[in-house]
Amino acid sequence: MVSDEKTTDDRAERRPTDQLAAAEGIAGSAVGDVASFEQSQSPLDRLQRFLHSRPLVSPSVVLLLAFLFFSIAGDRFFTATNTSTILAQVMIIGTLGIAQTLVILTGGIDLSVGAITLFASVVMGKLAVGWGWNPWLALLFGIGIGLACGAANGLLVTRLKLPPFIATLGTLSVFGALAQWFSENQTLRSTDVQEQASNLLWFGRVWEPLSGFRVTYGVVFMLLLYAFFTFALSRTTWGEHVYATGDEPETARLVGINTSRVLLSVYVVAGLLAGLAGWLWIGRIGAVSPIPIVNANLESITAVVIGGTSLFGGRGLVLGTLIGALIVGVFDSGLSVLGFEPLWRVFAIGVLVLVAVALDQWIRRVGK
Amino acid sequence: MTRRWMMIVAMLAGLALFAAACGGSADTSGDTSAEDGSTEEAAADGASAAADAGGDGIVGLITKNETNPFFVKMREGAQAKADELGVELRAFAGEGDDDNASQVQALEDLIAADATGVMITPADTIAIVPTVEKAREAGLTVIALDTPLDPLDAADATFATDNFRAGELIGEWAAATIDDPDNAKIALLNINPNQPTVGVLRNQGFLTGFGIDVGDPNMWGDEDDPRIVGQDVTDGNEEGGRSAMERLIAIDPDINVVYTLNEPAAAGAKLALDAAGLEALIVSVDGSCPGVEDVADGNVGATAMQFPLLMASLGVEAIATGEIPPNSEGIDFYNTGVELITDAPVDGVESQTTEFGLENCWG
Repeated sequence: MVSDEKTTDDRAERRPTDQLAAAEGIAGSAVGDVASFEQSQSPLDRLQRFLHSRPLVSPSVVLLLAFLFFSIAGDRFFTATNTSTILAQVMIIGTLGIAQTLVILTGGIDLSVGAITLFASVVMGKLAVGWGWNPWLALLFGIGIGLACGAANGLLVTRLKLPPFIATLGTLSVFGALAQWFSENQTLRSTDVQEQASNLLWFGRVWEPLSGFRVTYGVVFMLLLYAFFTFALSRTTWGEHVYATGDEPETARLVGINTSRVLLSVYVVAGLLAGLAGWLWIGRIGAVSPIPIVNANLESITAVVIGGTSLFGGRGLVLGTLIGALIVGVFDSGLSVLGFEPLWRVFAIGVLVLVAVALDQWIRRVGK
Repeated sequence: MTRRWMMIVAMLAGLALFAAACGGSADTSGDTSAEDGSTEEAAADGASAAADAGGDGIVGLITKNETNPFFVKMREGAQAKADELGVELRAFAGEGDDDNASQVQALEDLIAADATGVMITPADTIAIVPTVEKAREAGLTVIALDTPLDPLDAADATFATDNFRAGELIGEWAAATIDDPDNAKIALLNINPNQPTVGVLRNQGFLTGFGIDVGDPNMWGDEDDPRIVGQDVTDGNEEGGRSAMERLIAIDPDINVVYTLNEPAAAGAKLALDAAGLEALIVSVDGSCPGVEDVADGNVGATAMQFPLLMASLGVEAIATGEIPPNSEGIDFYNTGVELITDAPVDGVESQTTEFGLENCWG
């Protein structure tokens, strides 16, 4: 009864629970149904409703304005090289951002994605370079580690009923320690990795279609992942259930969704993505390093939040996260080109997060 | 209902964490929370300490964390020396570079165990001082390792690398190596915006060695020499080094000298230069084994090596024998040594080959 509803463009609003609420006569929550009241609304109300139904608008506007501003203010910002560099710089956070978006859409949070990425990457490196495994097998094994870590998170959340924040705070330490133990704190240098397992560095390779514009393979892969998950969330039953689980878990259960299984699947997929990010990570740093990926968790959450996904679950788009990650990348690069000290980049991102969360709170009041 | 509340609490905590990360990207060695296990160990050690109280010949070693190879090597050096001298080493570690609480607890455990002395790499050089005073009142010899306390004389002695000298060595070497130092274009890759002392000393040492007026020697970023293209931060890791270098290349692709505060950052900078098809002379500090190999391969021009193993083994010896060496000349601590490692020696700057480097490297 739930998943066969007609398809509309407005993905963020098409939730089974809305349909259910309408069916039960608790009307007034679905935006599309209230067109007849719009005459009595102030422009601010209309803006609120517009942003509610078009979650990509505000992050896109911010990205566009930031891009224009830095292009005009700093003559070294808008160059083919710098633009392609920004893309390469966001590929890890962008990929982890997909994992984070999925989890946050269900109303959870995953603090362990960075630790899983590190764990997966050191496993790949050690098996291939240290133990001399077939590099493709080592790669698969590393990605499998990511998947297993995600499954562990999912089981903690669904079986032991731990709040996601606590469960993944715990596994952040556990996976991080395992990565430290397995890597024995050894860095595998670029030269050794190149000789024995060059496939691990594959995502760091570059294709230069135009002079100066360097397309990193990892960036293309990240964009493909975005396309895939945009499709999966908007066009499949699974996607529908992810939104439903995050929006109103009780209602979702009432309409027959196995929310526990949905949650588990989301954490498993997040782990898989973090495992893939481990491969990207090796390409990005050109080596296998045991140094923890300090800001991966918080930066991926930042990208999700700036991208307009609600931390309360059920509302948001995976593409928003890509825009969020790009906003962070553009500010990082732009402020640097303008000669600001690094601390002002941190400051600017902090302000963006606060603005994004405040905006989300305001938008969420629609229909409440 | 409860679920909502839980989420709200989680959200607040998340934001707090975010804020903490903004301020606390301070770690040289990384993620604070990924380094678990140390507290359990500290607790276990504390329990055993209570069991055999009055144990003579206990020497404590308290590091910032136990994952950074630098501290791992320190512990190895201390352990080897302790075995040799027949004293018991008790090692503790905090959970990150700003975990003062665990270090306080470790000191208290060592006081309770009636240890002879303790070596500590303070996470918080000021906040640890009252507890250090308690330890000294209880008769323990306290040696600050690697990082001096504030005030410096709060410890009986400080054994450390002369980080300013380390920077100076690579600065002098870089100036003597490039063709036209008067028109050099310099990128400086530092640790983090908090400007921790070690990072400041290396940076200002490098600039001094290169022949650049540093202005206030207690901070970086106040220099107005036009040769400096820019300064950025790396968190001391590969990704940070790469991103920072990419940003500086965007400012000026003609950069030809790159100072990096440590070798992972240097490796990242090299990658960024390679990707952009550029070349520059990279210099670094530390003397880790991958770092020395990078020098041997020509990826990095030179690095200044420090000796954590020696630092800790000297510390154990001083505590066990009660003979504390005097401060090195011209500085107010005992310098455990720094050597320039390069295969391209220059006149007037003493250096060692990478062969020596590979024999003495750590991590």
